[in-house]
Amino acid sequence: MSQNLGKIRSPLDMEPLAIEVHDVESASRSRSARNDLILICVFSAVVLASPWLLAPFGAAYPDLLQRFCIFGIFAIGFNIMFGLTGYLSFGHAAFLGIGSYAAVWSFKLLTMNVIPAVMFGVLCAGLFSALIGYVCLRRAGIYFSILTLAFAQMSYNLAYSVLTPITNGETGLQLTLNDSRVLDAASGIDPTSSLPVTNLFGMKMSGYPGFYLCAIVLIISFYISIRIFRSPFGMMLRGIKTNQNRMSYTGINTRPYLLAAFVVSGMYAGLAGSLMAVTDPLAGAERMQWTASGEVVLMTILGGAGTLLGPVLGAGVIKYFENIFSSFNAQTLHSAFSFLPDGLAEFMVTITHPFVGEGWHLTLGVLFMLIVIFLPGGLMEGAQRIGNMFSGSGGKSEAESPAEQTKPAE
Amino acid sequence: MAILEVSGVNKSFGGLKALTDVNLSIEQSSVHAIIGPNGAGKSTLLNCLIGKLEPDSGVVNFDGTSLLGGITPYNINQLGVCRVFQTPEVFGDMTLLENVMIPSFAKRDGNFRFNGWGAVAKRGEVNDEALAMLEEVGLVEQRNVITNALSRGDKRRLELAMCLIQHPKLLLLDEPTAGMSRADTNNTIELLKKIGERGITKIIIEHDMHVVFSLADRISVLAQGTVIVEGEPESIKGDPRVIEAYLGGELG
Repeated sequence: MSQNLGKIRSPLDMEPLAIEVHDVESASRSRSARNDLILICVFSAVVLASPWLLAPFGAAYPDLLQRFCIFGIFAIGFNIMFGLTGYLSFGHAAFLGIGSYAAVWSFKLLTMNVIPAVMFGVLCAGLFSALIGYVCLRRAGIYFSILTLAFAQMSYNLAYSVLTPITNGETGLQLTLNDSRVLDAASGIDPTSSLPVTNLFGMKMSGYPGFYLCAIVLIISFYISIRIFRSPFGMMLRGIKTNQNRMSYTGINTRPYLLAAFVVSGMYAGLAGSLMAVTDPLAGAERMQWTASGEVVLMTILGGAGTLLGPVLGAGVIKYFENIFSSFNAQTLHSAFSFLPDGLAEFMVTITHPFVGEGWHLTLGVLFMLIVIFLPGGLMEGAQRIGNMFSGSGGKSEAESPAEQTKPAE
Repeated sequence: MAILEVSGVNKSFGGLKALTDVNLSIEQSSVHAIIGPNGAGKSTLLNCLIGKLEPDSGVVNFDGTSLLGGITPYNINQLGVCRVFQTPEVFGDMTLLENVMIPSFAKRDGNFRFNGWGAVAKRGEVNDEALAMLEEVGLVEQRNVITNALSRGDKRRLELAMCLIQHPKLLLLDEPTAGMSRADTNNTIELLKKIGERGITKIIIEHDMHVVFSLADRISVLAQGTVIVEGEPESIKGDPRVIEAYLGGELG
């Protein structure tokens, strides 16, 4: 380094600057590494404590908590493609579905243990995304989106029709009593008279154990995504998003980078899909429909595309709305507004009623519009702005490590 | 010895002949300026050298390798050709440091390497090299600024740093001082002279004659898609054909 510097330093520059800059730089690097460590610790703590943290919001039941985790994983993976490279895939639900089918087949043929099921699900989704990505990445922009959408809809229709022997068509793929389960049979687990449940070396994966499995997988997924964001690979992907032409004239072949990102994000989707099968061993084709692909796009944009925490946050918000707001009815509204005088209470119930229950999509739509218009960077941008308000203008000179852009305002 | 050999290159867009039988021979370690009135085909010629355009016919040989026949822009760059564009092509949403690190990684790791696990911050040698390069072009204090916030002149200096960090054999400069103030222009000339000492061959397209005559070893004058004169700066200065191409062409 010093040799290199000595050779090319311009005569105008001051000698000590390079050394000083170098020190400042390595200090800021170690600071950003420490921030990442804090981030992952806080994230793990919040996820593992969510049964208590979310109790006041009425969301602390394992079924919903599992969905938070699973869709969080799905969105984290989607963000690796969309957030880093800017390529909007509109067919990621196909990989989710493939992960589910693969996992259920592993339950049917091999064992009720979740480990092989998850591995098989991720593997199948990875292979499919390599294939689909190879074809779709010949085009960029809107054409890429349309191609992925076409592939996903094709998979959905195939699952319904031609592939019925594999997918069991409309009924969906289910466990049956006469499934072979060769590994379970070989290890002497007796076939029972009722349907077996998924397990992790004997621990039943329903209720809270199922949630904790999903939570740990979510934390690992989040950690991997931090590593990817901070790696040279992640930097190349952001370069592709910013200026793909420059990348080619800089000696980078962008296609394999994009394909690798697509496969990684497809594997994340497969992981989420197989966890869905773990918590409820049933796979239906509707999981691959384009609305499911659209949902993960919403989650990522709502939370903040290209940020680390945003997609998880977006997934949480959307799933919360879907489950909680949709369960409100006129009666809950009446009791919520009962403190108001009668006429006013009636009025409030009338105007809020369309936004809850069946109408929760309306709330979501309004929220989404407000966020996209006023906070194009999603909820994370909102959090960052609030953070900046508290820490003065936020324009402090040291708040500028290269990672700052993708860092949440914790 | 010629590092770049261009002979008989033709390129037309529909009915428009942009380049007609262009011949150039660029000596190793020289600074070769290409001048000519607007629309003479200077940028088209550069585009043919970096794989952005494919000539209709002709030969382009760089350091013993043909740059034609479907060779991709990234392969041409990996051979050691780098270009600074007329409108700066930088990574606008990334920091200056990252802008310089990407080409450094491209030089070290080739056109593709999947490294999704190791942290960029832990690659000390890449960081140090990038900092030294930013210092050389005078942008080190702004290393963590998002590039879009830079002035155009600064962006072009950054782009120059992005090329230099790759230690190219041939550097193509498309109007490196266009739109710069006189002071900035002089700084850029100093910078280019300094890197000239490292023996990088350069092709410069420029309208500013002050820049051309302070840097160039040889000058080719391009008019209407063909090289009309080539020679030493002194002989070009007084050549009637050059004056005719510039003045005659524009006045009538």
